[in-house]
Amino acid sequence: MLVLGIETSCDETGVALYESSAGLLSHTLYSQVDIHADYGGVVPELASRDHVRKTLPLIAEVLADAGVRRNQIEGVAYTSGPGLVGALLVGAAIGRSLAWALEIPAVPVHHMEGHLLAPMLEDDCPEFPFIALLVSGGHTQLVEVSGVGRYRLLGESLDDAAGEAFDKTAKMLGLPYPGGPELARVAAQGDPGRFRFPRPMTDRPGLDFSFSGLKTFALNTMHKELPDHHTLDEQQVMQTRADIARAFEDAVVDTLVIKCRRAVRESGCKRLVLAGGVSANRQLREKIQQTLKREGGRAYYPRPAFCTDNGAMIAYAGWQRLKAGQHEPLRFNAQPRWQLGDLSAVRA
Amino acid sequence: MLNLKVAGEQAQEALGAALAAASPPSCVIYLIGDLGAGKTTLVRGFIHALGHKEAVKSPTYTLLEPYDLPDRRCYHLDLYRLAAPEELEYLGIRDLLQPAATLLVEWPKRGEGELPPPDLVVEIGHDGECRQVQIKSHSKKGNNLLQAADLAAWN
Repeated sequence: MLVLGIETSCDETGVALYESSAGLLSHTLYSQVDIHADYGGVVPELASRDHVRKTLPLIAEVLADAGVRRNQIEGVAYTSGPGLVGALLVGAAIGRSLAWALEIPAVPVHHMEGHLLAPMLEDDCPEFPFIALLVSGGHTQLVEVSGVGRYRLLGESLDDAAGEAFDKTAKMLGLPYPGGPELARVAAQGDPGRFRFPRPMTDRPGLDFSFSGLKTFALNTMHKELPDHHTLDEQQVMQTRADIARAFEDAVVDTLVIKCRRAVRESGCKRLVLAGGVSANRQLREKIQQTLKREGGRAYYPRPAFCTDNGAMIAYAGWQRLKAGQHEPLRFNAQPRWQLGDLSAVRA
Repeated sequence: MLNLKVAGEQAQEALGAALAAASPPSCVIYLIGDLGAGKTTLVRGFIHALGHKEAVKSPTYTLLEPYDLPDRRCYHLDLYRLAAPEELEYLGIRDLLQPAATLLVEWPKRGEGELPPPDLVVEIGHDGECRQVQIKSHSKKGNNLLQAADLAAWN
């Protein structure tokens, strides 16, 4: 079965073609953001959210790239939530209408289900069940994945997402927004011993996160160490910034690692998938890898293009549901708020 | 106009709660202050005081978080990522105002011209680890709110 996937839940427009036996045939993405700086959030501009203008040319592009004709498509999957309602409606309207015109089934896909199943697009993919840590500018969630449609939310951020905290702290340090990756680069020059930031919510049971306080902690440290009329020379200012960045990054990474270890121990499941834009962070990757090794398990990382928003994961998740016989009647809707727990399980 | 000194996260939440207790179901409150000033913390106190039991997440990424509260519909907006005020159309801003609701807006400057005028403007500044909070009324509704609010703890 040849499935077209359309992702328009937020700032990026992603389109892909997935074929059940051949796998991913083609995928493409329109984003305003520099591909090398793609974790922790994006700068939305009117143009980048203008999915109306992007989606059809991108569909033409993947068809040409895969060398298939439009009437060979056998199913359409589109993201119908959660996300920005205006953005979602564009993908839903295009996807549903295209399916109607081609007289093929269409299926709405939950954006987060797409992310959770993205590792299955890789040759070296984990078996079910696994634990997934989704960390991006918009999400910080630990989810137990027992199968397609069988998800249990283990914990999530109660305030800011990890990537958002990265971006905002970077901005406070005078880096451009969104500056998560830049912050990590500056942190590499920092002294890990100079400041120690708290590891929020690690001293109590549970798998929820809170990163808002860390941002404030960074701000207060900055006000104290770098007052308006400081007596430090430029070199000292740069070093202090780097030291703060380092303390901040260490605190976020440690917190994520501590919760992942706890999730692995509590669930007894030793496979952990790291996804979302922040999973590109080198410190996080290394520490998660070491931790899982020590626990006798293994960490999996989908390639960066499948960690951030993309059409491939939507095509794949949609295919899983279409082959199980699910599809949408001749109507469509967007669900800006949509809990993962509301999804139905798919029988293998 | 009121000038208050707020020490710590809990006090910031309590201030939000005190404003909520005096607020009518339909009102518009702007929140101004740097990153990390505690705007979302104040909003958290506000929304919890009106009966919301779960987390109040940052709306920076989603731009908008709706809350169905016992006595009203409340929207928490964060316009930080907005590039142009016209983008508010993408959020269906006009639909949010019908029927009447409470709007709590962070970074309102980025929505200038498209946002409804405020009844109250809360500006949060730094004072070491404490925060200086200035509250200004911009309407009769705002005046009533400030008169009814019990803010003695911060004066």
